[in-house]
Amino acid sequence: MDFNVDLLHKLVSVYGPSGDESLISATIRQEISEYVDEINTDALGNLIARKKGSGKKIMVSAHMDQIGFIVTDVDKEGFLRFGNVGGISPDISLSQKVIFKNGTVGAIFSEPIEKSSERKLENMYIDIGAKNKEEAEKLVNLGDMCIYYSPFANNDNVIFTPYLDDRAGCFVAIEALKRLSDTDNDIYFVFSVQEEVGLRGARTAAYGIEPDYGIAVDVTAHGDTPKAKRFAIGLHKGAAIKVKDNSIITHPSVRNALIEIAKERDIPYQLEVLEFGGTDSGAIHVTKAGVPSGVISIPTRYVHSTVEMASKEDIENSITLLVAYLTMKH
Amino acid sequence: MFLKELTEASGVSGNEKEVRDFIKEALEGYVDEIKVDRIGNLIVHKKASNPSGKTLMIAAHMDEIGLLVKDIDSSGLIKFIPVGGVDKRILVSKAVTVGDKKLPGVIGAKPIHLQKKNEWSKVLDIDDLYIDIGASSKEDAEKHVSIGDYVAFDTEYDEIGDGIIKAKALDDRVGCSILLDILRSDIDADIYGAFTVMEEVGLVGAGPAAYQIKPDVAIVLEGTICFETDELDSHQMPTKLGEGPAISLIDRTTVYNRDLRDEIVSIAEANNIPYQYRKTAMGGNDSGKIHISGTGCATAGISVPTRYIHSPLSVISRADYYNTYRLVLSLIEELKKGAI
Repeated sequence: MDFNVDLLHKLVSVYGPSGDESLISATIRQEISEYVDEINTDALGNLIARKKGSGKKIMVSAHMDQIGFIVTDVDKEGFLRFGNVGGISPDISLSQKVIFKNGTVGAIFSEPIEKSSERKLENMYIDIGAKNKEEAEKLVNLGDMCIYYSPFANNDNVIFTPYLDDRAGCFVAIEALKRLSDTDNDIYFVFSVQEEVGLRGARTAAYGIEPDYGIAVDVTAHGDTPKAKRFAIGLHKGAAIKVKDNSIITHPSVRNALIEIAKERDIPYQLEVLEFGGTDSGAIHVTKAGVPSGVISIPTRYVHSTVEMASKEDIENSITLLVAYLTMKH
Repeated sequence: MFLKELTEASGVSGNEKEVRDFIKEALEGYVDEIKVDRIGNLIVHKKASNPSGKTLMIAAHMDEIGLLVKDIDSSGLIKFIPVGGVDKRILVSKAVTVGDKKLPGVIGAKPIHLQKKNEWSKVLDIDDLYIDIGASSKEDAEKHVSIGDYVAFDTEYDEIGDGIIKAKALDDRVGCSILLDILRSDIDADIYGAFTVMEEVGLVGAGPAAYQIKPDVAIVLEGTICFETDELDSHQMPTKLGEGPAISLIDRTTVYNRDLRDEIVSIAEANNIPYQYRKTAMGGNDSGKIHISGTGCATAGISVPTRYIHSPLSVISRADYYNTYRLVLSLIEELKKGAI
């Protein structure tokens, strides 16, 4: 397995909370520009790369934005208060380090709370070590966003790091793009913005592209840890082909094509019925007159934490499955 | 400023006609195109003598929160449901108007003498309230009221203190009034004005309006939450009265475009216009639908801080109104130059 761990490491390390994806967009653009025929950025910031073909138009979407925090107040003592950008949990955020676009690092902590279950984001603050408001405001302004700052780690089996969601999906799309063999299909690779705040980028990208088919590549949850909620998805069992989540019931034609090609090529896969959550396909499939859409999911433990964990094999199988789907006749 | 006329008109979501008719008439002769679209939005186009390439949309919603008649008791008392985000704690004993003929009524409830002790500490539910229009029976009430009639708060516009306005529905008649002032000004710029419907029940009108206008840049004018008391820490006060227009950072519906936001701040600073940030991630407005319409656009949220929003009596500062007007005018001038 020729797993480009350095690229994945690079992708998860670049700043890009929802609404401020310019740095990760530039990184991905540089990585893929020599492999594609056209590359553009739209009004919301989606990076749209096209490999031209005369056949069906397929939109692949992996979101490049990250969950994070937005500063809404700097108090007299220099502590920052914040709002959430996407699905941020108070439990997970407590005692984490965060980093701003300009490199300023802070620690998230909380006012004393009697019952930890009653802790809310509004009781929490970011401490950047400033001595007072003036000093803090030299480093951070209202409206600045920060993201989790936690090291990347990996072994033979897994990667664990913040932001596999969805830089792992971006990685799968980039690797698939590089490995595409000849095909007539007209393929648009969208690295979308603002997925974490409501699938906003994929909606405008799909509107502009008007694809025949849509495929999102994103992480999904897991059911294979001690006493986990029942969910037939686990690590090292293959790429997950989504049947349903809260944003979409995948179109049978796309879902079955993925299953058929996986069987034909002996690509390990598992079927995903997720009872919550959503991803870019949820926005794509209801665009204009409708777009038959599916999802390739990367099984991931501890999604939206700083230790998101996915299997190298599963990621590799997701790439193989995506390449197979994109090169088949539609 | 048309806040007296605009706030004394009623326009509960889905029933914006009175507000729309007033705005339409006030714009006669000031804009080049004027239309009411199929969902009820009033969309106007003020053309520049020398139009630039970018399409600018400015939106303000015409509707206000209120109530809707759902049934009439045999005694002639009216049962109702809320329309939009109504705080049920503020309803009891308020004066309202019912239906298109604006029949006066009062929201009633069981008197304190008849309440059991445990009822004192409980908030009255909407089911415990009714509207009394002085009818003697169901038959009598039905001569004037029918199920489906809208109910609005009955509040006269007034000014208090030094330059403070109190009125109902300042969310978002204040935006409508500022947009009216801009469209009636002598600014030579290409502007699409969208007076939208049904914002309070889910940003319903803004999507269709943006779909028709296809803006490159959109500004949403709002009246936004304002709450400031001694007991609060600085982060618990989203905006402050009298400290200038509030520029949105993020809310439940939009991450506001950073470049546009920074540009607005530098325009404010260059023109000595006071401003503040809207320091909360809660709430939402028409921008949520506008910025993801079509292939998307950059949006900004600029709001007049409004105390006691979503109640029969909200409060704003004239200075904030004027500074918001100035800021938006300056922004339009910069957009015209192609600076943004």
